[in-house]
Amino acid sequence: MAGQTDMELIKNGVRLDGRKADELREVKIVAGVLDNADGSCYLEWGNNKVYAGVFGPMECHPRHKQKADRAIVQARYTMAPFSVNDRKRPGLDRRSSEISYIVSQAFEKVVMVEEFPKASIRVDMQVVEAHAGTRCAAMTAASVALADAGIPMRDMIPACASGKVNDVVVLDLNKEEDNYGQADLPLAIIPSTGEIVLLQLDGHLTPDEFEQALDLATSGCMDLYKIQRKALEDRYGGSA
Amino acid sequence: MSNDSVSNLMKGHMESLAAEGKRADGRSINDFREVKIETGLINTAEGSAMVHLGNTKVLCGVKLLIGTPYPDSPKSGTMTTSTELAPLADQSFDPGPPRERSIELARVVDRGIRESRMIDFGALCIEEGEKVWMVYIDLHILDNGGNLFDCCTLASAAALSNAKIPNVQHGIADKDVDLPVTCWPISCTFAKIGNSVVLDPTYDEECVMSARITVAHDEDGNLRAAQKGMNGAFTDAEVREAVKTARSADNVLREALKGATG
Repeated sequence: MAGQTDMELIKNGVRLDGRKADELREVKIVAGVLDNADGSCYLEWGNNKVYAGVFGPMECHPRHKQKADRAIVQARYTMAPFSVNDRKRPGLDRRSSEISYIVSQAFEKVVMVEEFPKASIRVDMQVVEAHAGTRCAAMTAASVALADAGIPMRDMIPACASGKVNDVVVLDLNKEEDNYGQADLPLAIIPSTGEIVLLQLDGHLTPDEFEQALDLATSGCMDLYKIQRKALEDRYGGSA
Repeated sequence: MSNDSVSNLMKGHMESLAAEGKRADGRSINDFREVKIETGLINTAEGSAMVHLGNTKVLCGVKLLIGTPYPDSPKSGTMTTSTELAPLADQSFDPGPPRERSIELARVVDRGIRESRMIDFGALCIEEGEKVWMVYIDLHILDNGGNLFDCCTLASAAALSNAKIPNVQHGIADKDVDLPVTCWPISCTFAKIGNSVVLDPTYDEECVMSARITVAHDEDGNLRAAQKGMNGAFTDAEVREAVKTARSADNVLREALKGATG
């Protein structure tokens, strides 16, 4: 967050990419796009492009990470070197490691880990093109991939960010808004219970703005949830 | 790429099929699987391509950055190839830094592109001894259905053919131009199964193969790079035959590449 900026990101209630404050970018989700993974998903969210693949439940490696009474979720978030304008050095950096860690923990809440002692469920998220909001895009895709793999879950997790630009609380920041905006609040919820499984915030929000941002992100999550379910219905028929 | 989990039954089956000149998926021993190439998918990359070879899917992105040339070649651009064996592509791929397998793959692909002089490195010089374009080829393997070598070489060639030099973004000139590409190297990989040699091995075939050989030709039919891998061996005659076969078998990939890149 660059904080205050002179850059005009909202003009007459319309954002640079033509959206209203509470509007999501276009989201497209396809389940079951890869052959080797037990479950997979391809997601486009605005210009973001993400693949997610799931393997498991399987024996947990390394062994010392096994839990005697439950499975663990090993999520891994990576960005392709060509996913950003300046080439990103391949491999895990500190940012990717942090995201992988908090996403693993979020999924352990919804996956029925108690059914699979000592096992591991591997969730791999590959961002191949990044334009802000990739952690939410990756989690949203990973939920669908987990469902596609037939992993028992209490619910899927949609994730969506809200934030603040030019003192206005907006939904789903784009690249410019992410770079020059005042706040960014990625959120992931369990739609059936309304519980929050991931929340991060950086930037500046007043208490009122925070309430507003939370409401906005929650409604964004609910919209994404519909698209996630639609993707599963398209693949398997019936209603998910 | 030997996988212990393939049963001896499967191994016996594949070997006896191969001995009769047949394969589990119905192809003849010198056929490629169906190939599909899409280009220009990634907006943040200067060039990109997605190649499907049977069930194998590889996404390649090409980035061009400005850097300093090597002291021994002050007038030449540079090129770096890396592969990411994404864990989602194969249960046996481990997360973490690149292993030998991924490094071998990247180096074989790199040699095919570099030694064929596919990229005109001289044209990538901006200021002699000071500034040149550095070409980064990043290969993302999304689905390992076997024969990553050929799929990666094809994806690299397609992405390079589709790449633009980002002059405008870096303030070098007022127009982006196509990356100068002189020829198209195509690699053909053969697997030794029992006493037979088959082209374009599938995942299952790679699990039972004892040796592997990759040969890359340019469009004039000249050899540009080769690599033998794994702990088995080929006879002298098998190697000669494979090189000969590759020269005609690579046509189908060449046509697909032409179709996708114009």
